[in-house]
Parts: sequence; C-alpha cells; structure tokens
Amino acid sequence: MLDVIGAESLDALVAVPEAVALRGPVSVAPALAESEIAAAFERFAARTPGSTYTSFLGAGAYRHYTPPIVGALAMRGEFLTAYTPYQAEVSQGYLQAIYEWQTYIALLTGLDVANASVYDGATALAEGAIMAVNATGRKALLVSAAVHPNYRRVLRTYAEGLDLDVDEIRYAPDGTTDFANIEARLADQRYAAVIVQSPNFFGAVDAPAADVGSAMRATGTLVIGVVAEAMSLAALTPPGEWGADIAVGEAQSFGVAIAYGGPHVGFIATTASHLRRIPGRLVGRTVDKHGNPAYTLTLQAREQHIRREKATSNICTNQAHCALCATIYLAAMGATGLRDCAGHNLARTRELQARVYAVPGVAARFAAPVFNEFVVAVPGRAADVLARLRGSHILGGVDLGAFYPELADCILMTATELTTSAEIDALGIALAESIEHAATRV
Amino acid sequence: MQQLAFDTPLIFDLGQRGRANKYLPSAPPPDEFLPADMLRADLPLPDNTELDVNRHFTRLSQKTFAIDLGFYPLGSCTMKYNPRINDAMANLPALRNLHPFAPDELAQGALAIMWELERSLASLFGMAAFSLNPAAGAHAELTALLIAKAYFKKIGAAATRRTVIVPDTAHGTNPASAAMVGYRVVSLKSDSRGRVSVDEIKAAIGPDTAVCMMTNPNTLGLFEDHIKEIADAVHAAGGLMYYDGANANALMGNARPGDMGFDLMHLNLHKTFSIPHGGGGAGAGPVGVAEHLVPFLPTPVVRCNESAGAGGWEPSEGKTFGLDFDRPDAIGSMRSFWSNFAHMVRALAYVYANGFAGLTMVSKLAVLNANYIRASINDIIDTPYDENCRHEFVASAQALKRETGVRALDIGKALLDRGYHAPTVYFPLLVPECLMIEPTETESKETLDAFIADFRAIIATARIAPEAIMEAPVNTVVGRIDETRAARHPDLRWHPPTAAAAG
Amino acid sequence: MPQPAGLLYSKEHEWVKLDGDTATVGITDYAQNSLGDIVYVELPRVGATLQQFGSIGVVESVKAVSDIYTPIGGEVLEINGALEGDPALLNREPFGAGWLFKVKVVDQGETGNLLSPESYDELTQE
Repeated sequence: MLDVIGAESLDALVAVPEAVALRGPVSVAPALAESEIAAAFERFAARTPGSTYTSFLGAGAYRHYTPPIVGALAMRGEFLTAYTPYQAEVSQGYLQAIYEWQTYIALLTGLDVANASVYDGATALAEGAIMAVNATGRKALLVSAAVHPNYRRVLRTYAEGLDLDVDEIRYAPDGTTDFANIEARLADQRYAAVIVQSPNFFGAVDAPAADVGSAMRATGTLVIGVVAEAMSLAALTPPGEWGADIAVGEAQSFGVAIAYGGPHVGFIATTASHLRRIPGRLVGRTVDKHGNPAYTLTLQAREQHIRREKATSNICTNQAHCALCATIYLAAMGATGLRDCAGHNLARTRELQARVYAVPGVAARFAAPVFNEFVVAVPGRAADVLARLRGSHILGGVDLGAFYPELADCILMTATELTTSAEIDALGIALAESIEHAATRV
Repeated sequence: MQQLAFDTPLIFDLGQRGRANKYLPSAPPPDEFLPADMLRADLPLPDNTELDVNRHFTRLSQKTFAIDLGFYPLGSCTMKYNPRINDAMANLPALRNLHPFAPDELAQGALAIMWELERSLASLFGMAAFSLNPAAGAHAELTALLIAKAYFKKIGAAATRRTVIVPDTAHGTNPASAAMVGYRVVSLKSDSRGRVSVDEIKAAIGPDTAVCMMTNPNTLGLFEDHIKEIADAVHAAGGLMYYDGANANALMGNARPGDMGFDLMHLNLHKTFSIPHGGGGAGAGPVGVAEHLVPFLPTPVVRCNESAGAGGWEPSEGKTFGLDFDRPDAIGSMRSFWSNFAHMVRALAYVYANGFAGLTMVSKLAVLNANYIRASINDIIDTPYDENCRHEFVASAQALKRETGVRALDIGKALLDRGYHAPTVYFPLLVPECLMIEPTETESKETLDAFIADFRAIIATARIAPEAIMEAPVNTVVGRIDETRAARHPDLRWHPPTAAAAG
Repeated sequence: MPQPAGLLYSKEHEWVKLDGDTATVGITDYAQNSLGDIVYVELPRVGATLQQFGSIGVVESVKAVSDIYTPIGGEVLEINGALEGDPALLNREPFGAGWLFKVKVVDQGETGNLLSPESYDELTQE
C-alpha cells in the first residue's frame, strides 16, 4: 500500500511539524483482550449497587416496563450502525421510522408537526424557547418555578449565550404554578413565551386554565408546554389541547434505558405556523422519480449545513436511535397498552401516597392532583431520612432541598407500573423506622 | 440490503384497536383517579400485534444501509466498525438501569468509568480536563463557546470580544454555534494549498477576536501545518483557539491539540471512539479545555477524592468519586443529566480494547487507507489538493461534469447501486462537485481494492455511457427522490382518517 | 426570458419597478435560474420599514438559501401572498406573478444606486 502511495513509511505519512509534535508522556487506560474488558466492566458494575435498590426515584428519568421486542429490533445492525439518512434511496427504512416517530409525537402532544428529535428534555426546552424568541422578536422568557430545575438551569445556560432574560413565576401553595397576577406580568409584552410543565416537577397536573391561556395570547406571548414524563401523555390533556403553541419534552419513558441519565431523547412539536422555526432534522414523505411513495430529509435549508450562522439551530447529530426505540415501543404498546400503563401509574402512585401518608409525622406537601409522582414532607431534613432509608436498600426519592431551599424537608417520590405493593409496604415500614429512629435520638 | 422489495405501509395503517399485546395487566381507566377535565378524550394510536410490529421494523431495517452491510466512506463522519463488546458493556444491567439521582456512594462504578475515560481523553489530546456533559459535536461547540464567553466576562473583556473566526472549510455547525452565543462570524478563505493562510488570519484577528475555530486536519483532509503560528497569533491578540475534533481520527496518539496551542476542543466520541451512530445519534461530544478554562466547565464534573489525575489515566480501583455541582464559575449545565453515559461506557471499552499503542495505530491506518484510495483513483478523477492527505481526501467531478454531464451526486448514486454508501458530496463548499472520501482504519485492503475497482468502473462508464450513471440508483428500493416536492408540500406526518372519510 | 421594460436592477439580482411612489420588487430570471427549484420564500411584514440594500427576507431552494436585499427603501405596502402556497411562481414568472413585495418609496433618489437593464445584462454575462 505504501508503494502505491509512494510513501516511505507509515510514520512519514502521519508526521507533523516539529513545533507541534507530541510532547510529554501519554497515559490512557491499558490495552486488554475482549474477555478482560468484559471482566473489567463487571467490576465497574459490581461497584454500582444503586441500580439494585428498591427505587422511588423519578424526577425526569422513569423506570417503565420495556417489552423485549424493543431491544431486539432496535439493536439490529442496520439500525444501529447507519448514519444520518442523507442518501435517501438506501435509507428508506430509517426515514420511514422517523416519519412514524414524528407522527406519534404529533398525535401524543396534540400538535401539528414534530421534529426528528433533539438531545433530551432540557435541550428541547432551550431550543423551544429560542423558537419563541425568533417568532416574537422578544428577548425575555417567563418560566414556572415548578419546571424541572435541571431544565431551568439548561435554559439559563443557553439564555446566557443569546443574552436573553429568564424570569420565574413562583409556585402556589397547592404545588401548581401561581398564575394569579399573570396578566400584569405579561402586560408590557416583553416575554417571548411562558413556560409551564405538566405534570410539573412536583408531579402536579399544571396545565394553565383557559382564562390564563387567553391572557397569554392577548399579549402575543407564546406558551411552551414541557413534558418531562411522556407516559402522562397517554392519559392527560395534551399540550396542544390545553393551549401550548410549542410542546417540548423527554420521551425516555417510551422504551429508552435510564442509563445514568443518557442518552435519552427530546422532542419538539408545534403548530403548522411555526414549522419553519423548528430546529433539527425533519423527514418528509414525497415520491421518487417513478412516482412511488418515498421518504427524505426535508426543509434542510433551515439547518446549519446550509444556512450556517443563520440556521434555526446548530443541531446536527440528534437522538435518532433513541427515537427509534420509542417508536417501536409505542407501536408495540399501542393505545391500549399505553392507557393501561398510565392507569397503573396513577393507581400505584395513589397506593404509595396512602401508605406513606399513614406513617406518623409524614404529610402531603401539596394538594394538587398528580400523575405518578408527588411531594411528601417529613420530620427533619429529607436528606437524613433518605440516607437512613438507604440502610434498608431503598432509594426513597429525590431530596428537594437540593433544588428548593424552602423544601429541605421534602421528598419527591415516584411510583410506576413496576412499583409493587411489597416495595410500597417496605418503604412504609422503613420510613416509619427512620422517623422513629430520628425521634428517639433527639 | 434486502432480498425483496417488501411493501411497508405505515404502522398507522396496519393496526386496529383491540389487537393489543398483553404486556401489562389490565388497569383501571385514568378517570378513576383524575377529573375528566384533566384527561384527554382520545388517544388516536393503533394497536398492533407483536408479530406485525416485528415484521414492520425488520422490513424497515432491510431498507436501511449501515456499516454492518457495507463500506461507508462518508467523509467527515468516520464510519468505522462498531465492536459489539461496547454495546454489551453499556447494557450491563447495573449500568443500564442506574438512575441519575442515585447517590454517588451507590454509583461509584459508573463514576469510575466516567473518570477513567475523562483522564484518558485529557492525556491523549493534551488538555487539562474534559467535560463529558455535551450530547454531540455541535452541542460541544456551543458548550465551548459559552465557556469562552464566560471566560471573557470573568476577565472583563466580554463587551469587546465579539467575533469568531471560522475558515471556509469549517463544518456548518461552527458558524451556527457561534451565532447561538451571539458572536459575529468572520469567514476566512483558504489559500491555494487548501489551508488557512497565516497572513489572512493575521489580518482578521484583532481586539474583538474571541475565538478562532479550526479543524485539523481540515475538511479537505489536509494538516494545517502553520497551526503553531496561527495559534501564537491568536493568543497574542488575546483570543482563544478552538479545535473541532470531527477529524480527530486522523491524529489520535500521533499529535495532540493541546500541543498545537488549542485552549478548547471537542471530540465526537461517536466518530473517533467507535460508538454506533444509530441513524444519526445519539452522539457524545466531550469538551476539553486548557488549565485556565477548567473553572468554567459545565456541571457536574466527576471529582476523584484521592487524586488530581494530572498525569492522565490511573486505575480507579481503591479510589472514590463524586459528582461536583459546586463550581461557582461554571457556565451552567448543557443537558438534563450528567452525560450520554451509555456512550461513555462504549468509549472506555474502546480505549481498553486499544490502549495508547492501539489508538495511535488507529489513526496511522486511517491515514494509510485514505491515501491508498486517493493514490489509486487520482489518475481518473481530479484530486484538487494532490498531496498526501490525512484520514480523508476530496475529489472533484468538475472536469468530468464538463465532459460528460456526470456530477458528484451521480457518482454517489452509482456507488449505492454497487453496494457502497456514497461519499459526502458537495462539502466542503469551496471544492466544486466535491466528493469527500473517508475509509477509516477498520476496512481491509481487499475491501478498499474492491471499492477502487468499482469507483474506476463508474468513472469509465461515465465517459462512454453517462446516462447510465445519471440514471442511478436502479438497484435500490426507490429511485431518486423528488426533494422539491418534499420541500414545497411538506408532508411530515400521518393523519388519522377523518370521521367523514372513514364513514 | 424577455425582460419587461422599465425595470431597474441591483447587483444582488433583484429588480424594481416604479409606479409613482410605489415600487414593486422581485428577483430576476438569472437569480431564479441559479437558485434552481424554489421551495420557500420569506418576506418582510407589511408595515415594516426597509433600508435600501438591507437583507429583508430569504429565498430557499432545496439545498440552498439566498438572502433577499431590497433594491429600494420604504414602507412595505403589500406582499405577494400567492408565493406561500406556490413558491414555484418565482421560477415560472420571476418578472410577473412571482413578484415579492411592494413598498412606498421614501427617497426616489435611491434609484440612482441601481443598474440599468444594459448594465445588469453586462453583470450577468461576466
């Protein structure tokens, strides 16, 4: 091969100028045979017992039942090792699957169009907010304090880049967004969008009432509906129906592994009027030169590889494979399966609520109706209670003090269709012991 | 690809209510738990039997080209083989099922994976530290530019440092990312050697320069041999140097962005570190920074309690780790959770499979394979910058188009008919009728020889029967696509039949 | 394609036709030809005030985007709504039914910055 090239050596081919030659020792993990790699990662796994604990964690990443057919199909090499479907003639299968994903998301959110996916729920929110800024020409955003704290943090990070102001609406005593003086706050028409999450970070169903929606529309402010738990879309009024112009969210619940936080899969859906502002890939159905139905990436002139600094977003790689998993999951579960799943989430959560509220000293923090998670107030610091629960191999939920200093005695607990009565009972017993233990120590 | 041209109606046209699979026990309806005004009236999705779902997606898979099916010389995308051990490790239940809010003490193995990878990358690319936060290359560019903006703010220069310099060979994500940070983009023309000209860049930089974004080797596959002078000039003007790591497969182990003077960089782990692209993602785009920019990295970062790790990788056994959110100068966070963790597992498995010597050989063989193809076809098609390339090179069908009417696009389509993926076409923008070919190191000489023979046959056919090439592809499940119609009449979803139509 | 009489041109391949203080603006046949199949046109809002040679919209083909620079300043009186449903009008009748927008001209003197049909022909034949 070197002869064909006319090079004297491999080293000569890769040589770089002396001024930028490799300096200093390099230390990377050592080379292992495959069997040794497997053993090494089994040791990492053994140092990661968190996944074997009884868990009531949710807060944006949910444990749901995934039928094995999802993995069996998604892990086919044709799907796994394809690139972005630039060459449509040899990518019809993947393109059709993404078209089906776009349809599922549009149907589930109750909106006209959805894109081919973005990185995750938080970045979907940031990109949706930029859409609203571009649509309105306004440079400020008003976000509910009951939107996932991580999502708000990412929104603020993106906003720093574009010099956008981000203001917050506080939460009301019942755990929903306090829209009491919303009309006054929107009066000066400086906000591009109001951002509301439903179910919100506290689990509460938080779709704004019709009159709140009218107030927003009257000021030309767009409404962005955030969905961190996509399973809720199987039961709750979807954002498109409660008045959101843009729905953004996270679809990890649809058959995507939790995997310590990623990859997950974000979605953006909107009305036809905002179609041109959608970031990222879109798949369209058209015909080939013989007039047969065919799929292709379309409206690409919005994107970075053509429009460069004037693109709707810089996004290139998305989460196609996670979106594929979700599409297979939705196809397999069907409307019936999804409704059953949502029903179990509602039922298990109420069973869990009843059990923990029966523990002396434990109380509901908020009264608003919830989907599959809720906030409980415990005596003392939530962090201490959770630490003691870990002694019983239970992850009791998320310590809200980490995000809301005023809620340092509160735990966000989640139940899904996979939560068993035995687990709920075990939590009840451990919680009672933990609180008694704390009381006797005083 | 496929044996029969199976018909694949939409999943929505297959299913019917009542064909549900029994994945879950029956549940009480939602209205037993929530008031009706909180609930949706209708969930207009089909029910499908698992068999129908299985056949549907199996057939779709057979209409999808992939590395597992054939050679994929898509320039700039580094379509190397994806070893399956990586996926197996990512799917270990303890890692796959770990919740991001699991306390650090119960996630030590996962944190150790992230730390070992981060230390390895820092040493391999000569940076002080990496953030594993960003989800992809473009996301990483945005992260890095936000770091630059925060840095300039910290030193009181945010108001003056307003421009980003981007060569005309850059990926479109570079200027698009700069725009998302409010920076004005200054585009630089390449010189006759296909490189950034030192004089040109010296004329472009000034007190307003925030960042100069470079890809090295650049998208023509050429090493920017004046990189040190360029970096020195940018630094002298007070700007920062950013390394777009899309082409890191060309120099991994043989040279380091840190040694070239870059302050910021990203890697596309899904390219260089053998992570499957999955049809366009998920990716992973760690951002590396020099010492003075470490405080600005997004949170969380993985902290080792026993080692500063300044010397690069160390064994993680016996050490303890935590996620550090308490970093006052951090730009914030770029995503919902900590990283595309499953990809960190895959990337570390790849590092383990190669070690330093192996990773160095990866880039050497990637360069060898690219040059071998270049030298084997440059007598029949123009290769505008005809010198030894790095991991990829560009050819131009401009002359061929003049003689025969056959364009770069047509050559790409003709390759599809012969069982290959097309090269990247029409990028970079400065080479007319451009074909960008990147074979990667994982392809054998036999595969390269077969490709070369087919490529030569296509060019030969183009000269005697150009219409045969312009008709391609003919062996695929559909012919060329009417993209104008797709864009003029966007059909982006299926619609449920209306009551009237159904009746 | 025959070029209608009485038009003035910009170097960015827009044409303008003056009728009193109302100017109709479009892109030239040369422009539509180099863009290829046009799939979308983004126009300024009615009522917007435009500066001569300012970037005021875009024309998209399948794989390219071009800015539209208005050859003359003024207030936008009307936009060609037909382009939304049928952007191909720009390809078919760039000088006719494919016009882009009309403005109320503020400074007639701005026409002095534009090209005559002869000068524009020279430009496109370079």
